[in-house]
Amino acid sequence: MRLMLGRTMAKGSIVAGCLAPHPPHLVYAENPPQNEPTSEGGWEQLRWGYERLRESLSKIDHDVLVILSPHWQTYVGTHFLGLPHFEGLSVDPIFPNLFRYSYNLDIDVELSKAIHDKAADAGLAVKMMENPDFRVDYGTITTGHMVNPAFDKPLVVISSNRSRHYYSVEVMQEMMMELGRVTRDAILESGKKAVVLASNSLSHRHFTTESDVPEDMSKEHITSHAMHLWDMRIIDYMRTGQAQRIIDEMPEFTEQAIAESDGGGLTWLLSTLTVPTYPAILHGYGTIIGTGNAIVEWPCYAHEEV
Amino acid sequence: MTNPVLASYVVPVHPHPLLVPEQNEGWQRLRDAFDEARQQITDSGADLIIIYSTTWPSIIGHQIQADPNPTWTLVDQDFHDLGSMDYSFRIDADFAEAWNKANHARGLQSRTVAYNGFPIDVGSVVALKLLNPDNAIPAVIVSSNVYANRAETTVLAKSCLDVLKSTGKRAVAVTAMSMSNRMFTEFIDAAEDKIHSLKDDEWNRKVLEFLEEGRLEDVAQLSRTIHQQIRVQKVVTFKPMWWLSAMNDNRNDLTGRVLAYEALHGAGGAVVHLDPTSNGMGDKEYDEDDVEVYHGERNVLDAEGNEDSPEARHVDDHGPALWDPAEGKDAVNADSAPKPVGLYPHARRVGDLLYLSGVGPRQPGTNAIPGGPIRDANGESLEYDIKAQTRAVVENIARILEEAGSSMEKVVDVTSFLVDMDRDFAGYNEVWAETLGHYGPTRTTLAIRALPTPIAVEMKVIAKI
Ligand SMILES: [Fe+2]
Repeated sequence: MRLMLGRTMAKGSIVAGCLAPHPPHLVYAENPPQNEPTSEGGWEQLRWGYERLRESLSKIDHDVLVILSPHWQTYVGTHFLGLPHFEGLSVDPIFPNLFRYSYNLDIDVELSKAIHDKAADAGLAVKMMENPDFRVDYGTITTGHMVNPAFDKPLVVISSNRSRHYYSVEVMQEMMMELGRVTRDAILESGKKAVVLASNSLSHRHFTTESDVPEDMSKEHITSHAMHLWDMRIIDYMRTGQAQRIIDEMPEFTEQAIAESDGGGLTWLLSTLTVPTYPAILHGYGTIIGTGNAIVEWPCYAHEEV
Repeated sequence: MTNPVLASYVVPVHPHPLLVPEQNEGWQRLRDAFDEARQQITDSGADLIIIYSTTWPSIIGHQIQADPNPTWTLVDQDFHDLGSMDYSFRIDADFAEAWNKANHARGLQSRTVAYNGFPIDVGSVVALKLLNPDNAIPAVIVSSNVYANRAETTVLAKSCLDVLKSTGKRAVAVTAMSMSNRMFTEFIDAAEDKIHSLKDDEWNRKVLEFLEEGRLEDVAQLSRTIHQQIRVQKVVTFKPMWWLSAMNDNRNDLTGRVLAYEALHGAGGAVVHLDPTSNGMGDKEYDEDDVEVYHGERNVLDAEGNEDSPEARHVDDHGPALWDPAEGKDAVNADSAPKPVGLYPHARRVGDLLYLSGVGPRQPGTNAIPGGPIRDANGESLEYDIKAQTRAVVENIARILEEAGSSMEKVVDVTSFLVDMDRDFAGYNEVWAETLGHYGPTRTTLAIRALPTPIAVEMKVIAKI
């Protein structure tokens, strides 16, 4: 009996799925040593939300974080970081005044390659990114930092294929459902315990001006009532276990709320979780220069056979 | 005043001509065209290369690169396997700062960026490495704003021209852009590259035919149509031709030449040279309005479209009657400035000095008061915005100066009149510091009981010509 156990590869699992948006403002507000600019705080509702997410994840044993960020934008296929280590300086091209972050992170190349290979078998155009000079996108770094500031667990980093822009939200979703399915299969086969993270905000209409003190919270609010209603609608589906309705309404949501889920991250995430019917935990919601951001966790470990 | 743009270029944004021209004959032809353009630029004697790049999107207005020596290694997000692009550029940081100020003076949001490691976009890197490999000519790079419309993009060019004229620099203007931008979504064999579809190819050829005929403003005015026909919505819409046409005074009679047109992973890549020499033709087939100053309400921090906001109020129906500006020897009058309230000109020239009549914030044409009037027709006080009024005064001054062949830099002395010194001095002073204050004229500020129209501020200006 003992012998058999020793020979059987442990089954891998997705222990949690998270919506973990990446506004650099949150890193800026925390004043971590890796970030050069300094602030007087700000966006506490979201930062406390991330605190609760970190607390929650700290109780779940996991080996790897799998991230899909809308700021590694690829038009030709889906790409995977394919070298074991990346380090460098990430400067946000839109908010360089807030985010100049020295990153140092490890990649689980084995799992990346496994997802890559399965995606290729499923007919998706995929490529491993093996250029050592490549700069990791600021979405991945921000989400990585907010979830695990020590960066002491390896990542799998998946690019955001912009099929929505080439075709439609429907085509994007088809592709992301498939990518989510192969991501899940590869994780289960890997024997590893993974947390999967979609690094996107919800409604995404920015203010076009920035206040003199970016962290001046008296200036922070959602850009419009319509954006708020959409965010609350999607959050409600999350909290009541109706993920399928998010997928069904994605075309309208993406168009009307200019949602950052257009990059496919949310659809991919829900697919890796086999479109969950159990409620997600809302750790926090807040706006960042007018865009809506929710920190949400699907506690798979409590609902699936792990 | 002659236009300081010596030549304009359209160049593609993908890295293939820079990194692997040998892999495809078309990519090599694009590379050769870049080389030809580089030689032309060298021969032109330009002081500056100005790049408007569609692969640098921005959200908070336009961003202008102002690091004097940005140095990094860029790897393309899609084509990382083609190699890395080391760069070290020479940027004219003073010009960048001056352009930023000029943007603000014309009502635009903008800012400069000067940070170690700032990610300069692939379009700018390819353009500068191929057009200016030894940094022989300093460069300036400006972003493409995601939300900018035609008016904003046009004004961005005009403020750039303001600085070129005031500094006496002569420049080459470059737009880094694709024609049709739909790439193949699959990996392809380099040798097999072609334009993604026949429709994209036909539209590209039509647009290039216009450019070859020098009809730049026509192409600019077709921008929205071109976007709908052959552009995948990536980050920014098709807007570079708005900027480039305005840089060329919205002309339609340039001398154009297409140096190359080829596919880059399915997208349309062209190198086009537009020489300002008139080709003698140039009828305009379209007539979108020209715009000098950006008035668009983009500040969503404030209530948008609020009918009661001061900006929405017009005062067409009160204040004294308006006069046509007085004509006379040495008088300077500007159609782009508000009409006088008496028989006097906008300005009068004496030797190399220009004396302006008192300038208020009223808008030419509509006579509206930005920031709102200070009282209604019954003399009841109204809430108004002194900063918006002051900004409008400065804009009116800029128009009159320009009409007279002078400019903001040449202002010598200003006398300002405020009707409520206690309430308004701080706001007025803040706008002053952002605008005229930069140029260093002497200034005297007086409190007075009233001005002839329901405005809170007026300025009297003396400038050199
Ligand atoms: Fe984002």
